[in-house]
Amino acid sequence: MDNREKEIENLKDYKYGFSTDIENTRAPKGLNEEVIKFISNIKKEPQWMLDFRLKAFERFKLLKEPDWQKPKYPKIDYQDLYYYSAPKSMDDKPKSLDELDPKLLETYKKLGIPLQEQARLNGIAVDAVFDSVSVATTFKDELTKKGIIFCSISEAIQKHPDLVKKYLGSVIPITDHFFATLNSAVFTDGSFVYIPEGVKCPMELSTYFRINASETGQFERTLIIADKRSYVSYLEGCTAPMRDENQLHAANVELVALDDAEIKYSTVQNWYPGDKDGKGGIYNFVTKRGLCKGKNSKISWTQVETGSAITWKYPSCILKGDNSVGEFYSIAITNNHQKADTGTKMIHLGKNTKSKIISKGISAGHSDMTYRGLVDISSKANNSNNYTQCDSLLMGNKCGAHTVPYIKNKNSKSNIAHEATTSKISEEQLHYCQQRGLNSEEAVGLIVNGFCKEVLQQLPMEFAVEAQKLVGISLEGSVG
Amino acid sequence: MEQVQKDFDNIIRTSNFSKKEVEIKQEFLKKFLEKGFPNRKQENWKFSDLKQIISKNINEISFYNDYSVSNKIDTSLFVDELEHNKIVFINGRIEKIDFNYENKDKVEIIDVLNLEKNLNDINSLIELNNAFTNKCYKVLIKSGYSLKKPLIIYHITNDKVISKNINLRLDFELEQNSSLRLIDLFKDNSEKNFLNIFYNFDLNKDSILKNYKIDKSINKNIKYSFNNIEQDKNSISETFVYSSGSNFLKNEVNCNLNGEFSSAFINGIFKLSDDKQHEIKTNINHLTENTKSYQLIKSVLENNSRAVYQGKIFVNSKAQKTDGYQLSKAILLSESSEFNAKPELEIYADDVKCSHGSASGSLNENSIFYLMSRGLNYQQARELLINGFLLDVIEKITDSEIKNLIKNMIGVKE
Repeated sequence: MDNREKEIENLKDYKYGFSTDIENTRAPKGLNEEVIKFISNIKKEPQWMLDFRLKAFERFKLLKEPDWQKPKYPKIDYQDLYYYSAPKSMDDKPKSLDELDPKLLETYKKLGIPLQEQARLNGIAVDAVFDSVSVATTFKDELTKKGIIFCSISEAIQKHPDLVKKYLGSVIPITDHFFATLNSAVFTDGSFVYIPEGVKCPMELSTYFRINASETGQFERTLIIADKRSYVSYLEGCTAPMRDENQLHAANVELVALDDAEIKYSTVQNWYPGDKDGKGGIYNFVTKRGLCKGKNSKISWTQVETGSAITWKYPSCILKGDNSVGEFYSIAITNNHQKADTGTKMIHLGKNTKSKIISKGISAGHSDMTYRGLVDISSKANNSNNYTQCDSLLMGNKCGAHTVPYIKNKNSKSNIAHEATTSKISEEQLHYCQQRGLNSEEAVGLIVNGFCKEVLQQLPMEFAVEAQKLVGISLEGSVG
Repeated sequence: MEQVQKDFDNIIRTSNFSKKEVEIKQEFLKKFLEKGFPNRKQENWKFSDLKQIISKNINEISFYNDYSVSNKIDTSLFVDELEHNKIVFINGRIEKIDFNYENKDKVEIIDVLNLEKNLNDINSLIELNNAFTNKCYKVLIKSGYSLKKPLIIYHITNDKVISKNINLRLDFELEQNSSLRLIDLFKDNSEKNFLNIFYNFDLNKDSILKNYKIDKSINKNIKYSFNNIEQDKNSISETFVYSSGSNFLKNEVNCNLNGEFSSAFINGIFKLSDDKQHEIKTNINHLTENTKSYQLIKSVLENNSRAVYQGKIFVNSKAQKTDGYQLSKAILLSESSEFNAKPELEIYADDVKCSHGSASGSLNENSIFYLMSRGLNYQQARELLINGFLLDVIEKITDSEIKNLIKNMIGVKE
């Protein structure tokens, strides 16, 4: 085998497995007030932001790392991580895409997101996050005309302090759980979206995240506010280079929907899951929460989770406004030694609130998958409704599929319905497909795609295609 | 907790346990003292915090019971529509064991303190039970024998006891191809006591156990009942719970399906009102191939009452061809009633059929309208619907004699 073949062989295991050499500006290793001040200083943040971070850090010191989750992981030494790193060429902010580090642009090309073309062709404004700092934001002009603010959160802190001050931490308070509080203290960058009153965002907003620089925990912070009668659809997609060390990713995503507003948040997550023996891979401990603050508001989460060594997240909806709606559509696929503990929380507080949960879990290889969800209808939430369906598919007897729903109904005028099934792909189905000329892998791909269809349909077009392929790729080698 | 140690020493002083028994008891006591009463920090007790419930309902709980004096049996409490064998507990003391209807050499009552069995890690209440039970009998049904009449265990308390912790324990072994029908009847005339009941069942090949627990009479006691069932090949266990009378009642069933083709059925009814808080917690462990479990729990909740159903199906990687099913349904009749469910599946084998469903809500207004348009008044329509809702569970009882008895007892009509 010559060198080239070997190289290709190496790349094959993980489609997006490569990393670029860019010098990093790093904060000193470890977690303390100095590091937080360093981050705040380098981002030229106002005093109130630093206070927010320090307050969170004070709180963080009192908190204990949770351990009730199903997937266990080796203890993380929080003092042994870098909390800030940025591509060096960012020190002088580029004025246009041409000024970008050519290596950076190269990386995007390999990922299949040539920034300019994709943005223009697809009509998507791409806010690409390379490591921790937003590198380029496109389509700004078109959005600005409508009064839409779509920028990095650091920029928003500088330019729109009132909005950030009002909403940051209003859904995920700094007193929340361990990882959310950690994020509040040390978050580096992320996206900020504000849709003004009555505006329907003309395009899908999208951020591509990429984890680079080894040993860097990524702490993204996303804040999306949809003002009265507005609509926005937001896409988040992730790929990451191959790594041996485990990397922590603890992002916070906050959504706020005011009266009659609607937010649709879609995620395709395909971070490095570790190799076949479960070595390496990303720890994806994300806090996502949406607040339906106003009347008739709606928040819809759609996620396709195929990557990461450990996925541990529960995108939630707090249905505070009367007649508000929360939705959660999820596909989670685990293979090899991947572990996932995911689900949602639907907290019904307002009257006539509705929620729907469709969760599809597929586990193969030695992996473990848990659906964990909460539906809580409070005593004041009259005439509320919930429907939950969670289905699991098992491939092989080395993997596990678990369902842990918590169902609380405190209101006699409200209804909750929940169903769950666990099964495997039947021999008949496989036989039927193979008889018609598909090989066993194609057959499994087809059946699994059918199993997931309800959720895939919820994704925006561009994502649906990618996600469908991803479902197939993730299960490669799990049959036979 | 000082009281526990004091009462324990007192009991040891006044009774005549052997040195070894005392040692074992002390070991269990130590474990209980370390953990204390379970509270909401433990996942199992998340929805009903026993520590809080005990301190709210019983101010000063005492663990000392004087078992030297016998109690008078009030025969009017016995069921007279059905001939049956009896075990009578009064205030936690065994007053009568009567197997008059059976072949003497087929049923054996063994006086054992079989405490060494390693069940300590389940929860601290089992340890409390083992530390304080004064007598432990084992009922052994010999191979091939089916009891002619059902066995009714009367759990009677009277006003002589107040603010006491009463522990009792029974072991049952069903030898090959034997069967037992067992009814637990609770008759309480006392209040503010905490009853802690622990049964252990060993089901050998082809044996059948049917256990019906009826907690109907309104009382202000707190109860915890734990059934541990070990099942060998082809054995069947059927558990029925009617949960209604006590202030607090938690029924926990742990079932290990160790042998192929064994099956477990658990059916339950919550009928609660007035601040009552009840729970059913099940653990069905499918440990080998071709095992089956079925659970059906229905609740009717009025006035400020609260029901919790935590059901877990565990399937290990050897247990292919498992068939597991859980269904819980609840009707909330009042603004302040509450139903919590946690139907859990933990599955490590791929060729299984496991599903669960859970629904809770109000009475269907359309059905009421339908009935009222045919001449029933609102109250009648409501009763008819609730009756039908609960009848579904009663119909699952496989023994027709006992089914009728229970129907009459709880007033569900055909």
